[in-house]
Amino acid sequence: MPLDRATVARVADLARIAVPEEQLDALAGELSGILAWVEQLGEVDTQGIEPLRSVHPIRRAWRPDVVADGFCREAILANAPEREDGFFVVPRVVE
Amino acid sequence: MTRLERLGLVEARTLLRRRAIGAVELTRACLAAMERNRALNAFITETPERALAMAEAADARLARGEGGPLEGLPIAVKDLFCTEGVRTTAGSKILANFVPPYESTVTARLWAAGAVLLGKTNLDEFAMGSSNTTSAFGPVVNPWTPAGSSPPFVPGGSSGGSAAAVAGFLCPAATGTDTGGSIRQPASFCGIVGIKPTYGRCSRFGIVAFASSLDQAGAFARSVADAALLLQAMAGFDPKDSTSAELPVPDWSGELRGRVKGLRIGIPKEYRLDGMPSEIETLWARGADWLRAQGAELVEVSLPHTRYALPTYYIVAPAEASSNLARYDGMRYGLRVTGRDLVDTYKKTRGEGFGAEVRRRILIGTYVLSAGYYDAYYLKAQKVRRRIVEDFEAAFARCDALLTPTAPSAAFRIGERSDDPVAMYLNDVFTVTVNLAGLPGISVPAGLSAAGLPLGLQVIGKPWDEATVLEVARALEEAAEFRALPPGVVEA
Repeated sequence: MPLDRATVARVADLARIAVPEEQLDALAGELSGILAWVEQLGEVDTQGIEPLRSVHPIRRAWRPDVVADGFCREAILANAPEREDGFFVVPRVVE
Repeated sequence: MTRLERLGLVEARTLLRRRAIGAVELTRACLAAMERNRALNAFITETPERALAMAEAADARLARGEGGPLEGLPIAVKDLFCTEGVRTTAGSKILANFVPPYESTVTARLWAAGAVLLGKTNLDEFAMGSSNTTSAFGPVVNPWTPAGSSPPFVPGGSSGGSAAAVAGFLCPAATGTDTGGSIRQPASFCGIVGIKPTYGRCSRFGIVAFASSLDQAGAFARSVADAALLLQAMAGFDPKDSTSAELPVPDWSGELRGRVKGLRIGIPKEYRLDGMPSEIETLWARGADWLRAQGAELVEVSLPHTRYALPTYYIVAPAEASSNLARYDGMRYGLRVTGRDLVDTYKKTRGEGFGAEVRRRILIGTYVLSAGYYDAYYLKAQKVRRRIVEDFEAAFARCDALLTPTAPSAAFRIGERSDDPVAMYLNDVFTVTVNLAGLPGISVPAGLSAAGLPLGLQVIGKPWDEATVLEVARALEEAAEFRALPPGVVEA
């Protein structure tokens, strides 16, 4: 099913990616092409097949509930785009 | 001693241990080769000071008769592995200034083994690509490009910088990662060896995540023995990665003999594609003859769902990528482009920070995971993925390893196949099945195309059986006697 520009705009909004208006049509064409190509999976009989989520059995990894690291505020903040008094500075979220 | 940069890992190790050469001397030779060949654009970040300091420390240990299995050996690292204090970009503008405060497990193992970091190699942005043309730091040039030939040939991708650096004698070996063919396809395009081990062999901790159920680290080198040596140092259980396997790592490099006598080698009939160049078909048949002549038994096997592997991959990988890349929001690290409010800041940051291919894959992934489409796309792909795994299980009931071409063509030129995303995706038709099934695979240089470009053969093994993969690869290497040299390397 081909994607129209409204759908692409909605998906881009969900993905939190700004897409300029003038690129929507081209992007809709590319994404529709990819989706049309993957639709051939419909030919495969998957009746009763369990979806595969991991190639090896997933082991539940347990560990003792102890503090393993911490006290590394400087390392955590080292790449912050903006920081102040040992905190990240982010855009206002509460008006 | 001249041209130290041409030594392989095993050779250099012997000379270092004998003190016939020094680690500093060897490192300087590689750094000089890197500098002469900057036009290849193989490195995003060179680390000469760190390299020389590490080499000096290695020389001191070697002088005391100490040192790990890679003591004093200089290597390059794909710029997808976090390296403490050394910028790690993933080939993206969004991480252009990111300096990790921690080390990936794989690289930590390498430094513990005595290896020397030369620098961080170029790659497709977030490892998404098959030509190294999606990097925010520009395309990499394949050293097999003859002087004056324009536009240059691509090195393949996504680990294009690592492959070009090893092929161009800038370093003896390099790390890579492989999600759909990102080690094996560039190895084939550049005429070197590239191995991706079984999913779970190498820890993914500290590797910038693309598609977590498919990503696996591996090694590039100019010989099978060198690749085995590097991989052995990279592999091993890590409690920090819940998918890493708690299994001992065999002595792959020590046990390597190239013996295939009595092995059953499967030839999957579905890998004969319509329209595949006849030189690929010829090379494949020659590879089968080489193994037969050395005492292997060749059997035809069937992998009936092969043609569905790429479409499956292009649902599973973007879905996982859209989730993994949600972390790049411009708040705690990476690029931030300030907008009207929080959501607008997210959108502008991600819109400007991600390149076209990454954006495309995030959007596809978001779409196939969105309400109303999840079952039709994502769940369906996970079911087909199981059928692909079952194909391999049935094939491996009849043989010990599989032999296939690595890629459906030799290297192409920068700019070719860039108009149609699907045409670019077809590069990985023979490699992507291996990631979907989590198997080990290797590419070995086996010959030249009519145009004089390298072509590789792929060996695929059972889960955890890298040993057989390496044995078969060694046998191919011995028979192929691939000695051709890339014409696009600047000599001292």
